[in-house]
Amino acid sequence: MFIITLWQLLVYLKCVNEFILPSPFNIFKAFVQLIESGELLSDLLNSIKRVGVGFLLASFCGVSLGVASGYFRGLSKALTPIFEFLRPIPPIAWIPIAILWFGLGDSPAYFIVFMGAFFPIFINSYWGIKSSKLIYINVARNFAVSRFIILTDVALPGSLPHILRGLRIGLGLAWTSVIAAELVGAQSGLGYMIQLNRIMLKTCNVVAGMIAIGIVGLAMNYLMAVLERRVTFWNQETIEKIPCSRKRAKVV
Amino acid sequence: MIRLDQVSKYYQDPANSKVVYALEKISFRVNKGEFVSVLGPSGCGKTTLINIIAAFTPCSDGQVCFDGKYAQGPSRDRIVVFQEHNLFPWKTVTENVEFGLKAKATARRKRREIAQQFINLVHLNGFEDSYPYQLSGGMKQRVALARALAVEPECILMDEPLGSLDPQMRERLQAEIIALWQKTKKTVFMVTHDIEEAVFLSQRVIVMSKAPGRIKEIVSIDIPHPREPVVKMSDHFQSIKRSLWKIIME
Repeated sequence: MFIITLWQLLVYLKCVNEFILPSPFNIFKAFVQLIESGELLSDLLNSIKRVGVGFLLASFCGVSLGVASGYFRGLSKALTPIFEFLRPIPPIAWIPIAILWFGLGDSPAYFIVFMGAFFPIFINSYWGIKSSKLIYINVARNFAVSRFIILTDVALPGSLPHILRGLRIGLGLAWTSVIAAELVGAQSGLGYMIQLNRIMLKTCNVVAGMIAIGIVGLAMNYLMAVLERRVTFWNQETIEKIPCSRKRAKVV
Repeated sequence: MIRLDQVSKYYQDPANSKVVYALEKISFRVNKGEFVSVLGPSGCGKTTLINIIAAFTPCSDGQVCFDGKYAQGPSRDRIVVFQEHNLFPWKTVTENVEFGLKAKATARRKRREIAQQFINLVHLNGFEDSYPYQLSGGMKQRVALARALAVEPECILMDEPLGSLDPQMRERLQAEIIALWQKTKKTVFMVTHDIEEAVFLSQRVIVMSKAPGRIKEIVSIDIPHPREPVVKMSDHFQSIKRSLWKIIME
């Protein structure tokens, strides 16, 4: 609050140029205007659609490949070197080649989002399976259940906390990637919108767009945290202590 | 039932390539329906012994026979109850108890029935749909026992099953274990460091020494069955306890 007041004051006293840093009040006004005109909503929906498609693809490939390589050593040996090579390449660096391959429009954005989200999802799924507790595996071996049941009943549920954490990180990166992709190669979306407004020197709208990006990122993270708690409520070791309505342990 | 012949387990210390013995020339047998405990200080290789009998790890030397046959890999006939983290935290009590039956390809409804029967046996009715995190330590161990018994094993191996419980819960579960043993007539092989527990539950106690794990003495406990917890107060019980204590402290 103090910072915002100070900020408003600095702009009001003309200490900073309104084009460089607009006042909080004007940003708020621009924000409301963008909502009222529906511009923000349509850009937002475009961005979310791209994240949705790319993220779902990345989740599907990342989780299945990650789990499979955690389970079959041969596969992880084949994949790891390739992935370790590709992983350090930031999603933005894929933009030129994505545009060459997929042209303009939504397809390159899907690809960029996929590249951003895939690796954390893959690696966390892989490690989830790899770090299956030996004691649970021994229990399963003791009862002589099939390898398939070990996977479905022991290894997979046991690695769910890791997988979900991977998905959460992946979604965060997917969101940053889509904005980056839109800055360069799109005709819609929040990234495109702030880029366009920069050219038109509407700094208010640029900052309003950035705030929207932040809010959506926050909301996505929150939703993933809720999902995590819902799915792995049994995991009392690492679960975040956020107040939740679930009934507390009844111990007799 | 279980026969160990000159079983040794040694590791090579990677630091100085010295051979470290965890177990040295362990020989004993457990008869069908018998309750035998291994008593020893921590670090005497008790858990290694359980892992070898369950065939989670191979022994370096010697033989483990089971019903006259060599043990090859883990088997549903020897179910281990661990000290902690026995249960799958993502499964309910019923699902945990059912787990072992899945491999037996028992039909779903039949599985439920059997599970319920064993849940009742360990007095956990009403908690069928609870998850492990909602249960106390004692209840968790009872679920583990129910899960082990549900597959009708020949033998149950217990690795300090009550080690993580508070003293009162320990006493209550000891009474339950002995009652279960008398009811089901399973062969039980238990590892513990609690003298009283070993004396109260077992027919024979194998006393081990530390590093390398060797058998010091095998003591028969001649307290008649059925045993009730009050027996712990008797002079006879106390004198057995004292003599075991002496053997350990030697």
